[in-house]
Amino acid sequence: MNPILEARKLSMNFGGLRALDRVDIVVLPGQITALIGPNGAGKTTFFNCITGIYSPTEGDIFITPPGGRQKRITGFNIHRVTESGVARTFQNIRIFPDMTVLENVMIGRHCRTNSGVLGAIIRDKGTMAEEKAIVARSYEILKKIGLTEHVNLLARNLPYGAQRRLEIARALATDPFLLLLDEPAAGMNPQETKDLEALIISIRDEWEVSVFLIEHDMRLVMGLSDSVYVMDYGEMIARGTPQEIRQNPEVIKAYLGEDVSA
Amino acid sequence: MSTLNNTKYIEGMKQSVVVSLWFMFLTFPIMVIRVNTIENIIEWRWMNMIYVGAGSFILSFIWRYLSGKDISRRKESIDAQGGHRSYLQRLVSEKRLSLPALAIVFGIAIIFPFVSSTYQTNIMTTALMYVVLGLGLNIVVGQAGLLNLGYVAFYAAGAYTYALLHHHFGVGFWLALPLGALAATILGVLLALPVLRLQGDYLAIVTLGFGEITRLVLENWNEFSFGPSGISGIPRPGLFGMEMGMHDATVYLYFLMIILCIVTIFVVNRLQDSRIGRALLALREDEIACQAMGIDKTRVKLTAFALGSTWAGLVGVIFAAKTTFVNPASFTFLESAMILSIVVLGGTGSIIGIIIGALLLILLPEYLRAFSDYRMLLFGLIMVIMMTFRPQGIVTGVRKTYEFHREENKL
Repeated sequence: MNPILEARKLSMNFGGLRALDRVDIVVLPGQITALIGPNGAGKTTFFNCITGIYSPTEGDIFITPPGGRQKRITGFNIHRVTESGVARTFQNIRIFPDMTVLENVMIGRHCRTNSGVLGAIIRDKGTMAEEKAIVARSYEILKKIGLTEHVNLLARNLPYGAQRRLEIARALATDPFLLLLDEPAAGMNPQETKDLEALIISIRDEWEVSVFLIEHDMRLVMGLSDSVYVMDYGEMIARGTPQEIRQNPEVIKAYLGEDVSA
Repeated sequence: MSTLNNTKYIEGMKQSVVVSLWFMFLTFPIMVIRVNTIENIIEWRWMNMIYVGAGSFILSFIWRYLSGKDISRRKESIDAQGGHRSYLQRLVSEKRLSLPALAIVFGIAIIFPFVSSTYQTNIMTTALMYVVLGLGLNIVVGQAGLLNLGYVAFYAAGAYTYALLHHHFGVGFWLALPLGALAATILGVLLALPVLRLQGDYLAIVTLGFGEITRLVLENWNEFSFGPSGISGIPRPGLFGMEMGMHDATVYLYFLMIILCIVTIFVVNRLQDSRIGRALLALREDEIACQAMGIDKTRVKLTAFALGSTWAGLVGVIFAAKTTFVNPASFTFLESAMILSIVVLGGTGSIIGIIIGALLLILLPEYLRAFSDYRMLLFGLIMVIMMTFRPQGIVTGVRKTYEFHREENKL
């Protein structure tokens, strides 16, 4: 099976600091892959490299859309990565606070639609049909995510958990085949985390979108993931199934420090 | 209860005394001391000091009263969960009210030139020009959130396009109108390209520089723009080759401006409620998230600059035709500041607010000619008071949001 996302020897330097050191990662289609590691391990930097926010110092990133051919996306602009089918959410929520929930999702449809300035002024049939389709599709997505009761509310007025879900809805609106979630459960209460778990599974199974997530909530990661990568100090120190990772001495060391008694 | 009120009252008195002492001290050198250079003596005008003291004492009371009221009102509106809307907003949003209001405004606009003098019509035409300029700048500043302090450069581009094309090739007004707009649009894109990475203050400084550079080029490149002496003899717009007198030409220009205003409002309004308008808004809200949604930042910013400067180009051509003369002195930074003031004072993002802002800022100084010495002082005072008590502008920009209704399934 061709990996849906592959990073080869990806390195990122910030001045003298090596935030990523020859990281190799393979994400398989139809799977939920997790990336864990202590704070400052370089997980978000890795996401930023993939999604074009940073341009990696060395290494390559390839994606293979389902039924498509392998494509190199190293150093792509942010919007071109999204256009290629890799959407993301952010660690600190970045919804558009002064737009309504529906409008937030409508923005996600931007890159799959193409009416321009002239269409906006003339409002010809094509533009209006497209506009209608954007609204209909956005509403459909919100329905699936379960945010329809807030549809006309300004996003800033949403409760925290709903804001996180909105960010996911907005990312899904760009028709991705791979969704990158940066700490989706951060700050959520146990009930919200449970709902999120169900949502992520449904994204994989019903939406048929592969998921690659960074998460600190170990219960969530271990219960959810098909495969787990562990990073520490910019290096990939382990990969495997949740079961293997749990028993990996390297991982335990990274999280808990050296075993003094040994 | 009464003792509480009493202490509050005494507190207020104390504050006002301090304020008036401060003002007396600050204005002492200019208001009290006067050097009489003819007789070589110093005049001490102590009466002025008393005026300043008494005046600032009373003003500080009014100030405190107003700001106290403002705070309590703000609390009220928070209590009402933002359900509080001003009369103007209601006037705009409710069809029942807005249609008759629109009809009345339109009626007045049609009748205006026939009941007033050429001078009045001329002033009104100028005000309408600033309405269009304000609406154009609003696309860049209000919608896309890109602070542009060099907007006058595009205005100049339109004016000089007509002036130069007429001077060299005898091009007429109607051909120059689209060409001027095109020139301004191209200039807008050219400016946008290098400043794409800049935000906030940095963008403001670069655009400010750009505006000044444009003016300096026009002033110094004699072979191209004829320097400070400018270009004269630009014809007014024609109407099927008819010869028009001064008055008729003014009225004709007035109606042209009315039409251009309507077109601008129509287009700006439609742009706001479109895929492009949404992208501009998203870009203003969060640049990174906006890009992560697959929106090409470069393209959206270029579009915003291009759309904004087009209007300036159009108005520039009309300006050249109206004054029949252009020179760089008409395109100073003060013009940019004026247009920006219109946008900010009227209410960033609000079409009706900008119209009111433009009419106020352009018409008020004209009708305050009686106090022409204090015009700028008054102008400044109004700005300070506005920004203190109503920083969101005369009309708060209430965006028409998309609302989803299941049954109708439409916007």
